[in-house]
Amino acid sequence: MIDVLYFAWVRERIGLPKERVETQAATVADLVEELKAREARYAAAFADVSALRVALDQELSDFGASLSGVREVAFFPPMTGG
Amino acid sequence: MTVRVQADSFDPGAELAGFASGRTDVGAHVSFTGIVRDDSGQLQHMEIEHYPGMTEKAIAGIVAEAVSRWDLRASLVIHRYGRLAPGEPIMMVATAAPHRTDAFAAAEFLMDYLKSRAPFWKREVTADRAEWVAARDEDEDALGRW
Repeated sequence: MIDVLYFAWVRERIGLPKERVETQAATVADLVEELKAREARYAAAFADVSALRVALDQELSDFGASLSGVREVAFFPPMTGG
Repeated sequence: MTVRVQADSFDPGAELAGFASGRTDVGAHVSFTGIVRDDSGQLQHMEIEHYPGMTEKAIAGIVAEAVSRWDLRASLVIHRYGRLAPGEPIMMVATAAPHRTDAFAAAEFLMDYLKSRAPFWKREVTADRAEWVAARDEDEDALGRW
């Protein structure tokens, strides 16, 4: 089980901030494909992953990264702090 | 090295007055305050979302990188989240160093990284819509100079 978090417009498109996902996905990209196959709202949110960023256990990562040992995955648009 | 992530507003002048006070080993303080700007005249408020936990870690990592690069003796980062009115402070960075070149460079470095590597997202709310602020290519490009 992995905690999957969504922020900003990704959260709005999917319609929830956080969920527990039962997955055997080996990489972030595999997890994205599983989520996209679920429902149209996921497919819409993940339509263009170049517009998204991903963090694994609260560290910025990339879509090719392994999910081995990861407890928390977060998807969000590019950050706009400052 | 102080980091505060908070919903409450703050007084940049009071923060600066208290910053690194009593230290005699610094010759330069540099500070920057970001303010909620209303370009259109239509902005009701700004909403800032963040990623509790990662936000604090990301900022601590950015500050640690600044400390490793410049001779900094003190730093302050305050960043707000939640609902902010036009004209209110969003965030503040202050640096203290023996010499101004270190204080200026570290402050600019902190600002550049806070913009695109700390997990905050801004949304502008007007009477008839709410829009997420898009990240700017220039902000990403600014990281390349460090």
